[in-house]
Amino acid sequence: MSEDIKKFMFVNTKAPYGTVYALESLEVVLISAAFDQDVSIAFCDDGVFQISNNQNAEASGMKNFSNAYKALGDYDINKLYVEKESLEERGLTLDNLMDLTYEDEDDDWAEKPSIKLVSRAELADLMDEQDVVISS
Amino acid sequence: MAMLHTVNKSPFERNSLNSCLTKSKEGSSILLIEDAVVGALKGTVMADKLTAAIANKNVYVLGSDLNTRGFTEAEILDGIKIVDYSGFVDLVAEHSNVQSWL
Repeated sequence: MSEDIKKFMFVNTKAPYGTVYALESLEVVLISAAFDQDVSIAFCDDGVFQISNNQNAEASGMKNFSNAYKALGDYDINKLYVEKESLEERGLTLDNLMDLTYEDEDDDWAEKPSIKLVSRAELADLMDEQDVVISS
Repeated sequence: MAMLHTVNKSPFERNSLNSCLTKSKEGSSILLIEDAVVGALKGTVMADKLTAAIANKNVYVLGSDLNTRGFTEAEILDGIKIVDYSGFVDLVAEHSNVQSWL
């Protein structure tokens, strides 16, 4: 059956909360996890803000959905590519992002980081390798 | 009386904050809300333009929208003031007119 597994990449380019794209993308990602495909997620442009840490929606009365990204590792979605240039343009570093991890079943369930920092050129190569790319 | 400008889109995605900065007059006020709050962060490609604006305009950011996106006062440019919802209302009341940059 392995020939039926396709490489899916969800490309997030928009900031969360101001529009509904980030939340909708996350929901589609979680649904896709049920179909045993090779799923990765890219965060570039304003999409990097989706996984900023310390999100606190209490005062704005919105739904803080950032904790759902922490569950991705449990759904075997552990390739989260973050574009380095996008962080730099926004004055951010990896320290501004949530600590997203997964447990590696091939390595005695060792906890490993899901976030992989990639350059713009590397992200272009990764997109080129996919069978399906879904952008939002 | 001076005008209040509100901006609600990220300056990294849209040009509305840039347009606002070039078309707002000295002494006017600019309030960053919703996704525009990320434009107030230190160290971004927008920082120089915001810093120039702060010299002769009042720049504000809505604190609750900033916190929602994971940021606090420590991470925004010096000279940008944080307001809450009642401060937003005060700004609207204190200015002659409001222009919403969408």
